[in-house]
Amino acid sequence: MTSLLETHAVGKRYRHRWALSDCTLTIPAGHVVALVGPNGAGKTTLLHLATGLLAPTAGTIEVLGGQPAAGPAQLAKVGFLAQDPAVYAGLSVAEHLRLGAHLNPGWDARLAADRISGLGLDPAQRAGKLSGGQRAQLALTMALAKRAQLLILDEPVASLDPLARRQFLQDLMVAVAGGGLSIIMSSHLIGDLERVCDYLIVLTAARVRLAGEVDRLLGSHQLLTGPRRDRPSLPRGHQVIQENHTGRQTTMLVRGGQPVHDPAWTSSPVGLEDVVLAYLSQPSGQLPGPRPVLEVQR
Amino acid sequence: MIWLTWRQFRTQAVVAAAALAAVAAALAVTGLRLSHLYGTSGLASCQAHGDCGQLATGFLNQLAAGRAHYYYMIFILGAVLLLVAPALIGMFWGAPLITREIETGSFRLAWNQSVTRTRWLAVKLGLVGLASMTAAGLLSLMLAWWSSPIERATDLAVSRTGAATLNRFAPFLFAAGAITPIGYAAFAFALGVTAGVLIRRTVPAMAVTLAVFAAVQIALPLWVRPYLMPPLHSTTALDAGTISTLNTAPTQMTITPGDSHPGAWIIANQAVTGQGQVFAGAPPGPCMSSTAPYAECAAAINRLHLRQALVYQPASRYWPFQWYETVIFLVLALALAGFCGWWIRRRRLC
Repeated sequence: MTSLLETHAVGKRYRHRWALSDCTLTIPAGHVVALVGPNGAGKTTLLHLATGLLAPTAGTIEVLGGQPAAGPAQLAKVGFLAQDPAVYAGLSVAEHLRLGAHLNPGWDARLAADRISGLGLDPAQRAGKLSGGQRAQLALTMALAKRAQLLILDEPVASLDPLARRQFLQDLMVAVAGGGLSIIMSSHLIGDLERVCDYLIVLTAARVRLAGEVDRLLGSHQLLTGPRRDRPSLPRGHQVIQENHTGRQTTMLVRGGQPVHDPAWTSSPVGLEDVVLAYLSQPSGQLPGPRPVLEVQR
Repeated sequence: MIWLTWRQFRTQAVVAAAALAAVAAALAVTGLRLSHLYGTSGLASCQAHGDCGQLATGFLNQLAAGRAHYYYMIFILGAVLLLVAPALIGMFWGAPLITREIETGSFRLAWNQSVTRTRWLAVKLGLVGLASMTAAGLLSLMLAWWSSPIERATDLAVSRTGAATLNRFAPFLFAAGAITPIGYAAFAFALGVTAGVLIRRTVPAMAVTLAVFAAVQIALPLWVRPYLMPPLHSTTALDAGTISTLNTAPTQMTITPGDSHPGAWIIANQAVTGQGQVFAGAPPGPCMSSTAPYAECAAAINRLHLRQALVYQPASRYWPFQWYETVIFLVLALALAGFCGWWIRRRRLC
């Protein structure tokens, strides 16, 4: 089975600044991938590289076994929803669906019509007159009705109200459950991602910090709580990602799933949000690479 | 893709069609009256009577003076319109074609349908480019019909007197000629698209399109058009009776011989000596005298045995020149279109 996304040392430079560098990933198909990172970390750049809107400055990238945007067949396999959902302001909702039907061989007209009526959008209304959330829903409808194998969604829920967000995520899950659909989505709302995603990529400062299946990532990190120690000693194979000190207590999020035998430490499992926040809050100068390094340098 | 292109282009197409219809209506009303004037002037049957030159001159004088003189205004306005139309097409159809998609971000939607961006661009360029050429061609055709009585009368007047009142090689009239507007329209459109792709913003792209197109229209008749075909040279004996202008100074006399090739494009027209040098000698005595009749001066000039050296493109080359220039601009337009395709494939837009 071909990979959903396979990048090798891929990088993108804008003039003198690397928006993404040395990004090597292999994501098997069939996943719902969450891409998280602070603003400006390179999430949109990575997604644009995967859609072929951008060409990499360095390295190679393959999506579903093909070069992004290489031809009509490759384009038909990938659906994309941009961060600022682009629609033709002068075209009506119905004309957008007509556009999709004209330009996509696999267009699901019924799904598109059902979604539009389900959303309560007036087909005769011009897209320019829709609210931001409605525009996002229209763009999402077009991406879904394309019947792609992979949906790339750049902050799809950012402009939706809470109810629409929940409905949207449910729709996504229904589409995924239908089979054959993978998703890569970026978002700042980790709570939402936790419910739907089973693969996580953490990007900070143009580099991949963490990538893997959510279950394995959760299994390979633990939260250790114990009496305060400024330089805690840990067995090899454990790596401190984040530590917090209070007057008497030290809490550390460590990478390494093996039990810690030191009785001073109490181990507890971590949630996705704990892991993501721990990686995001690391100062970028001290970040370890995506592969574990054995000892912590402070 | 064709549907989408048409849907996006619809408003502009309707505006252009309305403008063309308005021009057509104005030309139809005045053109029919002009045809009527031509019909009553007797020019249509003048060949039998052999008085064409006189009638034609009369007809043209009638148009140039009195109540009917607005025909010349319309003639000039029409030619101006035909010169300006390609620039308008480049600015309002060409430049926004891609920049509008970049400015609104809608190219991201278009480029993520199952259509390659090469095809996306090719259909846009093809359809709107053809519309540009059609619009320019229609306008040219309407104006050609409208001005045909004037041109026929001019040809007749020329053949009689030997003096061209209307030289179709004149830069202004040549550019407003039969088929070159089609080439200009295609070129201006492709130029607008290219400026848009490179600059990525509509208004600056429109300004650059206008500036470059105007520069090309100025440079072309000066530096390119004379050399499209090697000009003809002729050297004939100079008869002082045909001299067009004579400038006399005490030490130097400049002679401009008369134009002996009606309708031709004269590139150089000089009086030369027997050795082939441009004559720049002192004027003979009778030509300096204020009392001697011109006949004495002319006889003195004839005794110098000067020759007229002419470099020209004959009138018969009007159509070859029109074709050459049109083809050159169509090729330029295709080259620009190819560049745009290469650019959006290689350089991406975001």
